[in-house]
Amino acid sequence: MSGAFIIETIIKILIVLGLFSALAGFATYVERKVLAFMQRRLGPMHVGPYGILQVLADGIKLFTKEDFVPQNAVKSIFKIAPVITAATAFMAMAAIPMFPEFTIGGYTVRPIISDINVGLLYVLGVMAVGMYGPLLAGMASGNKWSLIGAARTTIQLLSFEIVTGLSVLAPLMMVGSLSLIDINNYQSGGMENWIIWSQPVAFVLFLIAGFAETNRTPFDLLEHEAEVVSGYATEYSGMRWGMFFIGEYANLFTVSFLVSIIFLGGFNDWGFIPGAIAILLKVFFFIFLFLWTRAAWPHIRPDQLMWLCWKVLMPVALINIVITGIVLMI
Amino acid sequence: MMSLEQFKSRYVGSQNYKLIEIEEYPTTPWGKFKRVVKRTFKTELFVGLKIVFMEMVRFNIHTIQYPKEKLPIGARYRAIHKLLRLLESGNERCIGCGLCEKICIAKCIRIDTKIDENGRKVPTEYTINFGRCIFCGYCAEVCPELAIVHGPDYENASDQRAHFALKEDMLTPIDKLKEQKEYPGFGAPTPEADRLIKKTPLAY
Repeated sequence: MSGAFIIETIIKILIVLGLFSALAGFATYVERKVLAFMQRRLGPMHVGPYGILQVLADGIKLFTKEDFVPQNAVKSIFKIAPVITAATAFMAMAAIPMFPEFTIGGYTVRPIISDINVGLLYVLGVMAVGMYGPLLAGMASGNKWSLIGAARTTIQLLSFEIVTGLSVLAPLMMVGSLSLIDINNYQSGGMENWIIWSQPVAFVLFLIAGFAETNRTPFDLLEHEAEVVSGYATEYSGMRWGMFFIGEYANLFTVSFLVSIIFLGGFNDWGFIPGAIAILLKVFFFIFLFLWTRAAWPHIRPDQLMWLCWKVLMPVALINIVITGIVLMI
Repeated sequence: MMSLEQFKSRYVGSQNYKLIEIEEYPTTPWGKFKRVVKRTFKTELFVGLKIVFMEMVRFNIHTIQYPKEKLPIGARYRAIHKLLRLLESGNERCIGCGLCEKICIAKCIRIDTKIDENGRKVPTEYTINFGRCIFCGYCAEVCPELAIVHGPDYENASDQRAHFALKEDMLTPIDKLKEQKEYPGFGAPTPEADRLIKKTPLAY
């Protein structure tokens, strides 16, 4: 392991951490604006031109708030839970290739922190570990709403992990590799090679499961204000709550990158659009889709969520795998 | 054009209610399965997406940015009171009759009067306790001289309630007499009052 490699990796880590923390903040601004426009409102307007500095104001507010731990909370677990969410969200990004390779001054840079051969498994696994954040937070808060929120998190993420895994299995059978770079290279050579055309069902299933795993609107039961105040985050305030928030939005970007890479051709050149811009377009479309559905669709009940997962999505995913296997054998 | 009777009628049977046909909920597993399939492929979810997207594209924003933009308030809105002056002479309109004090159901108006050097009865003190005032508008309605009226100032956040309540706060300043607008709202004569009023002879 050479010194240059270590320095390169550290720089990459810092860039990913800084960039995605900033993007997570910016995504909250975009979310508020898009939601507002879809509901005939203006959204934040007062801080900076068109309210663009609202993120900064929110950040100052979060950082300067009193660091409050409830009396009956289990203090050490209460304090460490938000760190788990934020840390796992960023750890998942380590194995995601964000862009195609490029060269700066004769030095080839691969925009992935660590190209491990089980990249996809690693990303899904670390995102699943992120479930411990809400779970421990809810259980340690000493608050019934938090406990209900934590229980909902667990059932939701546990159930939809299965749909994620099964739906992504069919494309993996075709590619024959768990490395996200291999999956990306499998789809090189134009739009007709994208896996979405051969695996449309897997694409829809993975997207639905992605909504559930990032706790976005049709499935955001664990933070449903009208039912459980703020779910697992009820007792949190200030930067501890902010870390949950950053983790949630970082997960949003992770899932968007995953869907783009696995199903929509990743960072391959798309017609005349160069690969780096193509993947950004795809990712931002999915971010927009997440916001779009939040404006349009209602929540579903927990029992409906379970019904959807176990009685609809999982059988469909299994059938999809069987059919893919038969087609591959022939 | 619907007449008032139709709205007042409490007999539901004969009114023009539009009854909505609601399908029976399926009870058999096969019926439930069919309903799921039908709902899945009906693309209702995408209609919802389309509606909000069209709203965003149309950009028909309804927000009023309040401190910068304000909606006009209704002419009969009952906000903080004003005491008006006579337009020509600048004298106070209030003749100290005390009707407002008498009719006030919250008992929040307090007047002290005196006879001034011209032999006119004028109020020396006129205060309204806005902690008790319920803004019913009776004082403005009963005032024979259109002296106490409800102004248009609804932004009455302050350190103290008393900031609006004294006579000098409510009375039009003498140098701003030209800006005093005749009050069109609660208790004021209608625009056609001159035409509608019947002249009564002073002597029979």
